[in-house]
Amino acid sequence: MAVLTYRDALNAALREEMQRDDNVFLMGEEVAEYDGAYKVSRGLLKEFGARRVVDTPIAELGFTGIGVGAAMVGLRPVIEMMTMNFALLAIDQIVNTAAKVRYMSGGQIGCPLVIRGPGGAALQLGAQHSQAFESWYANIPGLKVVMPATPADAKGLLKSAIRDDNPVIFIEGEMLYNQKGEVPDGEHLIPLGRADIKRPGNDVTIICHSKTVAPAMNAAKSLADEGVDAEVVDLRTIRPLDQDAILASVAKTHRVVVAEEGWGFAGVGAQVVDLIQREAFDDLDSPVIRVHQADVPMPYNKHLEKAAKADAAKIVAAVHQACYRG
Amino acid sequence: MGVTESPPRARRRGPDAPFADQYRAWLRGMILIRRFEEKAGEAYALGQVGGFCHLYIGQEAVAVGTLAAIRPDDYVVSAYREHGQALARGIASRAVMAELYGKATGCSHGKGGSMHLFDASLHFMGGHAIVGSQIPLGTGFAFAARYRGTDQVSLTYMGEAAANIGAFHESLNIAGLWKLPVVYVIENNGYGMGTAVKRAAAITELYQRAASYAMPGVEVDGQDVVAVKQATDDAVGRARRGEGPSLLEIRTFRYMGHSMSDAASGTYRSKEELESSRQRDPIVLLETRMRELGMLDDTGLGAIEADVAAEVADAVKFAEESPEPAPDQLWTDVYAPEAR
Repeated sequence: MAVLTYRDALNAALREEMQRDDNVFLMGEEVAEYDGAYKVSRGLLKEFGARRVVDTPIAELGFTGIGVGAAMVGLRPVIEMMTMNFALLAIDQIVNTAAKVRYMSGGQIGCPLVIRGPGGAALQLGAQHSQAFESWYANIPGLKVVMPATPADAKGLLKSAIRDDNPVIFIEGEMLYNQKGEVPDGEHLIPLGRADIKRPGNDVTIICHSKTVAPAMNAAKSLADEGVDAEVVDLRTIRPLDQDAILASVAKTHRVVVAEEGWGFAGVGAQVVDLIQREAFDDLDSPVIRVHQADVPMPYNKHLEKAAKADAAKIVAAVHQACYRG
Repeated sequence: MGVTESPPRARRRGPDAPFADQYRAWLRGMILIRRFEEKAGEAYALGQVGGFCHLYIGQEAVAVGTLAAIRPDDYVVSAYREHGQALARGIASRAVMAELYGKATGCSHGKGGSMHLFDASLHFMGGHAIVGSQIPLGTGFAFAARYRGTDQVSLTYMGEAAANIGAFHESLNIAGLWKLPVVYVIENNGYGMGTAVKRAAAITELYQRAASYAMPGVEVDGQDVVAVKQATDDAVGRARRGEGPSLLEIRTFRYMGHSMSDAASGTYRSKEELESSRQRDPIVLLETRMRELGMLDDTGLGAIEADVAAEVADAVKFAEESPEPAPDQLWTDVYAPEAR
């Protein structure tokens, strides 16, 4: 196994899929000559040329719609959003065309498209650049929503997303790009819709995804020191949600914390809680506790920003609550 | 680029048999749209057609003239007043009417409706109901043609109100920048719902906007099917030769209200204005021209009308007798079938 950064794992996935299928191309702002705003596309222009690595003007609605159109006629575009915050400008094309064209056409026309880029907060980027929108996309039938937390997952899931015949919203993270991890050699595919047990445990389940996986693992480590054995379930795909994996873990531990980066109101965690109360009510020994961003626009000030974000300490506190400790 | 006049009619004179066939086909195509839409309006009034329904009556020469200029492998995309384009592209009137009725035999299997007509086999890529949303899509079809190295062209329709939305600017800028093989057709019927062009656009000569996107802009008389066909030929030829996109502003008239829920006149336009627009009816114009050229007489016109009436009656009967989508169709086509 090679140790790669999350960024290079994504780069390898793009390269491999572009080598494999001429229909796959990358389009977005600064993806080609600049080598990617976050260098995910580094070297791809040199290898594949300007036909397949396409710089666009700053026109998210326009180039996303072009990608959706190209997908409707059988190409497999990968559209890079410099950040998913900018995808709001393209949301008409994502929600009204990409997600619906198969249904509206009675199954005649599909949209095999990946829209990818970093989502959520980084550090002190202010309110407009620090938003986790996965619950918006997960609300839409017709879309899939994928959020890898590790380099191995990033590579395996992006390759599967590119091969998927549906529009996939693939959300990365600025704060994840430099993370290193082992990535299996050779063809590495992870099916969409499968959660992953990042740490097995027996006392409490911490359900998380993307940037809350690392704090959940840190929380589990410190909980272990006090004798609480936490299981960390990384959803990896928000839609379709791996209900079986969630319910199996709940049946094992009987106590649940759901952590996410975004706002709580109508968030991903709310959907997970709905599932658990409906399908596993009798398995629960305590109410499900949620950890999420404070219900405010993200402040710039670093102390206020830290206070607003979900982190390991908040997850530990939530576990204490779920376990009636402290 | 300036205004393109209709070519001198002298060029078209003469008893030219293949040409007469073409005119006859266009006349029939326009009459089919007219009669189909009249029936669709009746069916709507009877509650057989639901939702929103935007009729094409008055604009027939635009669909027929433009679609006569492209090949079967080219791409077509339109907005929500697209019955005319669907029929002119060759979707069976049965399948279009059945779609309006929401039946399983409709061209979108009853899941699309009036505003979402599709036929992948004819490269008819929809019916899109968010103003302007089809403009980037049509640009994307052109991008795909370029990517694949084909000489296919994308014919992308919009109403004139869509020329004021951001998607128009972003798409035309990119198409001009990349010289994509797309022909943008603004069907300017004078009103975006109830808002006259001059109340919505800083310049009312919308074709002039093409200057901002390094493409030719051409104003076309949309009541003259021959002029429409010729202007589209020029633009399609450019696109096919790799010379880039064009913007056609085709001036036309909508005889009916914006949708079935508003009157044709009285609120935002006068009865007199509507009556005056009807003086240049696209069907009458072609009919007159054909009579002058000796291509058509009363008997010939009567035969076309009878043929069309039979086709539309058959379409209505087919739609009425077709089955509703099976209940399980609610859940299909949300996602692609899982690969085995």
